[in-house]
Amino acid sequence: MSETTELTREARAARLEGLGCRRKRVEDIRFVQGKGQYVDDVKLPGMLFGDFVRSPYGHARIKKIDTSRAKAMPGVVAVLTAEDLKPLDLAWIPTLAGDVQMVLADGKVLYQNQEVAFVVAEDRYLAADAVEAVEVEYEALPVLVDPFKAMTDEAPVLREDIADKKEGAHGPRKHPNHIFTWEIGDAAATREALARSEVVVEELITYPRVHPCPLETCGCVASFDKVKGELTLWGTFQAPHVIRTVASILSKLPEHKIRVIAPDIGGGFGNKVGAYPGYICAVVASIVTGRPVKWIEDRIENLSTTAFARDYHMKARIGATREGKITALQVEVIADHGAFDACADPSKWPAGFFNIVTGSYDIPTAHVTVDGVYTNKAPGGVAYRCSFRVTEAAYCIERIVDILAREVGMDPADLRLANFIRKEQFPYRSALGWEYDSGDYHTAMHKALEAVNYRALREEQKKRQEAFRRGETRTLMGIGVASFTEIVGAGPSRNCDILGIAMFDSCEIRVHPTGAAIARMGTKSQGQGHETTYAQIIASEIGIPADMITVEEGDTSTAPYGLGTYGSRSTPVAGAAIATAARKIRAKAQMIAAHLLEVHEDDLEWDVDGFRVKGAPDRFKSMKEIAWVAYHAPPKGLEPGLEAVSYYDPPNMTYPFGTYVCVLDIDVDTGVYTVRRFFAVDDCGTRINPMIIEGQIHGGLAEAFGIAMGQEIRYDEIGNVHNASFMDYFLPTAVETPRWETDFTVTPSPHHPIGAKGVGESPNVGGVPAFSNAVNDAFAFLGARHIPMPHDHARIWLAAEKLGLHG
Amino acid sequence: MSKIAVTMTVNGRQVERLVEPRLLLVHFLREELGLTGTHIGCETSHCGACTVDLDGVSVKSCTVLAVQAQGKEVRTIEGMAAPDGTLHVLQEMFREHHGLQCGWCTPGMILRAWRLLQENPDPSEEEVRFGIAGNLCRCTGYQKIVEAILAAAAKLRAARTVEAAA
Ligand code: FES
Ligand code: FES
Repeated sequence: MSETTELTREARAARLEGLGCRRKRVEDIRFVQGKGQYVDDVKLPGMLFGDFVRSPYGHARIKKIDTSRAKAMPGVVAVLTAEDLKPLDLAWIPTLAGDVQMVLADGKVLYQNQEVAFVVAEDRYLAADAVEAVEVEYEALPVLVDPFKAMTDEAPVLREDIADKKEGAHGPRKHPNHIFTWEIGDAAATREALARSEVVVEELITYPRVHPCPLETCGCVASFDKVKGELTLWGTFQAPHVIRTVASILSKLPEHKIRVIAPDIGGGFGNKVGAYPGYICAVVASIVTGRPVKWIEDRIENLSTTAFARDYHMKARIGATREGKITALQVEVIADHGAFDACADPSKWPAGFFNIVTGSYDIPTAHVTVDGVYTNKAPGGVAYRCSFRVTEAAYCIERIVDILAREVGMDPADLRLANFIRKEQFPYRSALGWEYDSGDYHTAMHKALEAVNYRALREEQKKRQEAFRRGETRTLMGIGVASFTEIVGAGPSRNCDILGIAMFDSCEIRVHPTGAAIARMGTKSQGQGHETTYAQIIASEIGIPADMITVEEGDTSTAPYGLGTYGSRSTPVAGAAIATAARKIRAKAQMIAAHLLEVHEDDLEWDVDGFRVKGAPDRFKSMKEIAWVAYHAPPKGLEPGLEAVSYYDPPNMTYPFGTYVCVLDIDVDTGVYTVRRFFAVDDCGTRINPMIIEGQIHGGLAEAFGIAMGQEIRYDEIGNVHNASFMDYFLPTAVETPRWETDFTVTPSPHHPIGAKGVGESPNVGGVPAFSNAVNDAFAFLGARHIPMPHDHARIWLAAEKLGLHG
Repeated sequence: MSKIAVTMTVNGRQVERLVEPRLLLVHFLREELGLTGTHIGCETSHCGACTVDLDGVSVKSCTVLAVQAQGKEVRTIEGMAAPDGTLHVLQEMFREHHGLQCGWCTPGMILRAWRLLQENPDPSEEEVRFGIAGNLCRCTGYQKIVEAILAAAAKLRAARTVEAAA
């Protein structure tokens, strides 16, 4: 009898470290020793460094660029301007959103810190010196920073290149600064339903401009081999294959001559999806100089040029009965896209999946319009820890529902419970067109409310409010509830593509003769721990211990084509590709086992790590034995080897959800708050690695805390960006960051092979409204209706001041 | 720019190089010595990714010139594991408690925690949070980092008690 059958079933399963195991991370062994390989660690012989000359102006015409002094400096190899890129057709590049953007300023600059010239030198110090020596003459132009003024008659025309274009990538343009109008839902029915509603509340809800701000900035190393005509590009790429295709289209190098490698990445959160001028310039510089060229952003460049997020100004109108039953929702959005429309949304979705704005509620009719406009700000609008505008949508609905609850005199939790889509309504088709796959919102909310003893908190709050009115305390208590529904896992090819490429994802698994395996993926971890969790899925599917499985991502010359990691799509899409590839392997293994055990395939059953003859428990072949036979003596008529590839096109999105409760105390005289408790109940379907899920939730909540309580990339009226450094941009430290309490429910996705839904973004989506609702809740009894984010101490103090609380 | 000779001990090994006086310690470590475990997150002494130990104090090596380390002892993440490859307790506890995700802040965090636990071998949770406030993390939400450091502190104390008793 083999060793396998001597162990108990449980022991054999535990040994696999498969689904549900708190498996320690494989990645950590190198990371805790400083042995990760990140892009700035790439060092090639003869490597040069690139650095940008950037615009000090928000909007200006370029009169002259003089690079002669810089070029004459020792160690300077080249200085590129738009004029050098034009013959290559690279002064402008297409964006993923159907717009074009400048690589280097062509005639004018449209935002502060825009790339004007690219200096290439022997080391980064010399490059920085030479940047100082490039002389640029500007003529300042009127600046447009307020998105609400973008389409007025007085607004300066920003994009002269398309000023006369009446038709944009997403339909007609109403104004030279207009990008698109996106409309969905039934306008007439919604208008009518609102007119008939007993209660209607309306509010302008702004989600400020923020930044994903991973701790590692963006960067790349481009190395062009003139002899072979091959380009190798290392970089911080969340979607390496897409970068390869883009690089091929732009450089006109055939795609098989380009190898893109995304090494270890120090956090991404959406910042590292796009193709930035730095990448293009590094590639061009390498082709021109024949030497490898490295470009690494500094923090100021990161915060002020690559990939801002949000900047959504949402006017929401919600109708309800006097009993708080929601009747209709209408939202009009002004979306500030900055100088170029460089959002990284699926092609057909200029406002992402903003139509998830009906949230967790059964809303009979709804209508949304989004108008994208240009301003003199950095381009981007990326999905920052978010599945394409779902964070904006969740903030909008969760705030307006709170305001509605106040209006009808209901507890915000009760109003939610009364309007949730009920468990038996799934699959549920929302008024704005989505088919929610599964959910159980009531259970998640009850769990969260019970955990914090919600009713008792409300009692305590009431007493505090009375004491406050009597002048016995200066501290208010706020309780924020948010029940979010996410939409992740983009996405089904019928409606999701990037540059025309369907948003499938892929996995290739090879089982080696000794029963170890390697899996190669189209996604790319930036800290999510794919090397650990993907192996767990395979372990459970084909019975090979996770420790015997290498997971490899990020090298386009070995990995199957995939669309990358963002929008919480890795588990929903790539995770499904893994399971389907593994199942193909298991099917072949079953044929081999049948041959070895001399039975019909149908007489076999899968048992943890091998096949067993039904009714004959000691007749068993382990996967390890089968793997050997697959290479050593495969049955007649069967190809040798044991491997499979799967390209998975998801039939639907997945819809993770949860309820978060935040309790905080606010000193009205200083604006200082203390977060007393933050309790998060999440449902991400089947849980692959609970330890990693907790980590994802903690991390996302900390980012939500930063956003809600202090972040904003602010521009003044002449286009200066005010918070582009860690001095001025709020990143919470361990001191401010609250302690997190977490729990979960499990509602598996019915269409995903293992029922998993994705989790990384939920805490950011749900966390922001929970914090913001808590602050608003503290002041609501005094008549405050909507206090906008961010809620830093000064602004909380101001809110109290406005309410006349300072006497 | 003329160069100056600088000598220092890095992870117990003496090194000598000719450097520009403006060269930052972090670039000296990463580019001259190839010790790329020390990361850069801001270059303005806010994030702590570049934290190393310099003569018994945690410093942000992006804000120290290489020449300022003349004659001093530097320890980086590469010097934390024992020569035989055994991980330091802090490294083990970071893994055990999931105190890292992308790994960018990790070397600086571990170096900072190492010094902190020498300054205060039995810190409270509050003291740990305060002690690492100069090190930002964008991934973990800090909680599991704090748990890892507290667990390492307990292990180190237990080891010391055993040593003292022996
Ligand atoms: S890189 Fe030194 S503190 Fe951020
Ligand atoms: S683990 Fe990514 S910054 Fe800390």
